[in-house]
Amino acid sequence: MPNCFPARGARALRKGFPMKILVAYKRVVDYNVRIQVKPDGTGVVTDGVKLSPNPFDDIALEEALRLREQGIAEEVIIATIAPADAQPHLRNGLAMGANRAIHVVTPGPVQPLAAARVFLKLIESVQPGLVILGKQAIDDDCSQTGQMLAALWDRPQATFASKLEVSGDKATVTREVDAGLETIEVDLPAVVTTDLRLNEPRFIKLPDIMKAKSKPIETIELASLNIEHGGEIRTTHYAPPAKRSRGVMVKDVAELVGLLKQKGLV
Amino acid sequence: MSKILIVAEHLNGQLNSATARCVTCARELKPDAIEVLVLADAPDAVAAQAAKLDGVTKVLTVARAENAHALAAVLAPQIAAAAKNGYTHLLLPSTTFGKDVAPRAAALLGTGQVSDIMSVTDPHTFTRPIYAGNAIVTVAAPTHAIVVGTVRTASWPAVGEAANTAPIEALSLDVVLPSHTRFVELQQASSERPDLQSAAKVVSGGRGVGSKENFEIIYKLADKLHAAAGASRAAVDAGYCPNDMQVGQTGKIIAPELYIAIGISGAIQHLTGIKDAGTIVAINKDAEAPIFEVADIGLVGDLFKLVPELEAAV
Repeated sequence: MPNCFPARGARALRKGFPMKILVAYKRVVDYNVRIQVKPDGTGVVTDGVKLSPNPFDDIALEEALRLREQGIAEEVIIATIAPADAQPHLRNGLAMGANRAIHVVTPGPVQPLAAARVFLKLIESVQPGLVILGKQAIDDDCSQTGQMLAALWDRPQATFASKLEVSGDKATVTREVDAGLETIEVDLPAVVTTDLRLNEPRFIKLPDIMKAKSKPIETIELASLNIEHGGEIRTTHYAPPAKRSRGVMVKDVAELVGLLKQKGLV
Repeated sequence: MSKILIVAEHLNGQLNSATARCVTCARELKPDAIEVLVLADAPDAVAAQAAKLDGVTKVLTVARAENAHALAAVLAPQIAAAAKNGYTHLLLPSTTFGKDVAPRAAALLGTGQVSDIMSVTDPHTFTRPIYAGNAIVTVAAPTHAIVVGTVRTASWPAVGEAANTAPIEALSLDVVLPSHTRFVELQQASSERPDLQSAAKVVSGGRGVGSKENFEIIYKLADKLHAAAGASRAAVDAGYCPNDMQVGQTGKIIAPELYIAIGISGAIQHLTGIKDAGTIVAINKDAEAPIFEVADIGLVGDLFKLVPELEAAV
């Protein structure tokens, strides 16, 4: 088919027309939990451990809510790909302020490429002007899904964002890169991934938890999306990291400098 | 038979040392060829530096005005097109450059990506960290597709220079590039100090340093030791220093010979960034701080007294 239409989603971006924002909202093991590898190397212990929203996704949701409060967005939709018991997780995002949620139900975790393929399907129905994701999930630490989604969608990506400004059909994004701060301009629709300093997510208030109970959650079985397969990475073994042993305590600077000199470090 | 393509990271005509670390990882795969792809507006200087790296068999250059800045949306289609020329592996460093570009290229190639390669078991099997390095997984990439990976630079030393330089060839790619993503500016913290990611010595400050002004004490010691200056997330969040100094799970992962942590308590997320350091020195007033569990040398006391003493003594 000849590519004679603008990219999907672009139609909703007529000047002055507020857009929809799709936010990826993953549930992960809470960042304060000390991860234990199972002795048989088949995984990490997740039974009974506290689960929380991925911190970067909370930042993504906060940014979307602020854009809605500024009148730039009209609707914020959170989406997760998770087992059936993830509904309280989505209620949490709804209590924070999302308008509605999409729950793609899977038996187990999916990899970034599969997640990107799922989000591409959601984009087809939601038609967002922006998709905001965390720059990485703190469980698998892959840092891939946003970039893969942008590739499959054939739209711009602005990763590791520490500042986001939307004006008309463009966004200006400051990115935290190794060399400093890079600013790029992207046409919308686009994919943005969040870094830590983009914002500080709000706290959820009790009345909002009550309100969230009546907000809609759409559930979709992963299988019904008919996403493409292939390219899966297989995890075959889990091991604890090599430990650094505790060293020596010195009593003063002279002793410290003596040891460093012995090691040839100063 | 494996043939590896490494995408060079560079800025202002200088090849980033992360590329030489990728070459070390590539050599571990015992390949028949290691080729480096330089995408730039004027790639000659960078290509000449890449051609000297020990183990590199060829350097390919793509000179296009659009490649003046490393924009993932612009680079990825070129990388994907180049990678289809019979390569078994596509490697980038696990820096913000590689993390931005590699997944976009992997998706265009229709395959998954192995992030943060720590070690190579065989050409399709690798280890990588998850949960901020609290678990190490062995992963197997599909054998029928190109392997796309990012290389955890702290796990691999840089290769040295070879006696003979590799040939440099211009590559022409028939790829239409998007204009939907445009570079505006790069604000680089102007620093005379060594680069944090490749420095042999690093002096880092944390929340205990207390203010932006107090961070001078960190910089002074760093300068005396010819070290790079780093920081914990807490210090960056508090505005004591710029983001490019952050060391840890979500900042830079480094492996200097000497790491001096000053006023840093040692959250897991920070320790992730330093556990490959040769010698870790911790100075903290709290004897119970977790940093002392991983430090080779610990000193408990007031940093405002101890750090100037240390600066005077070295």
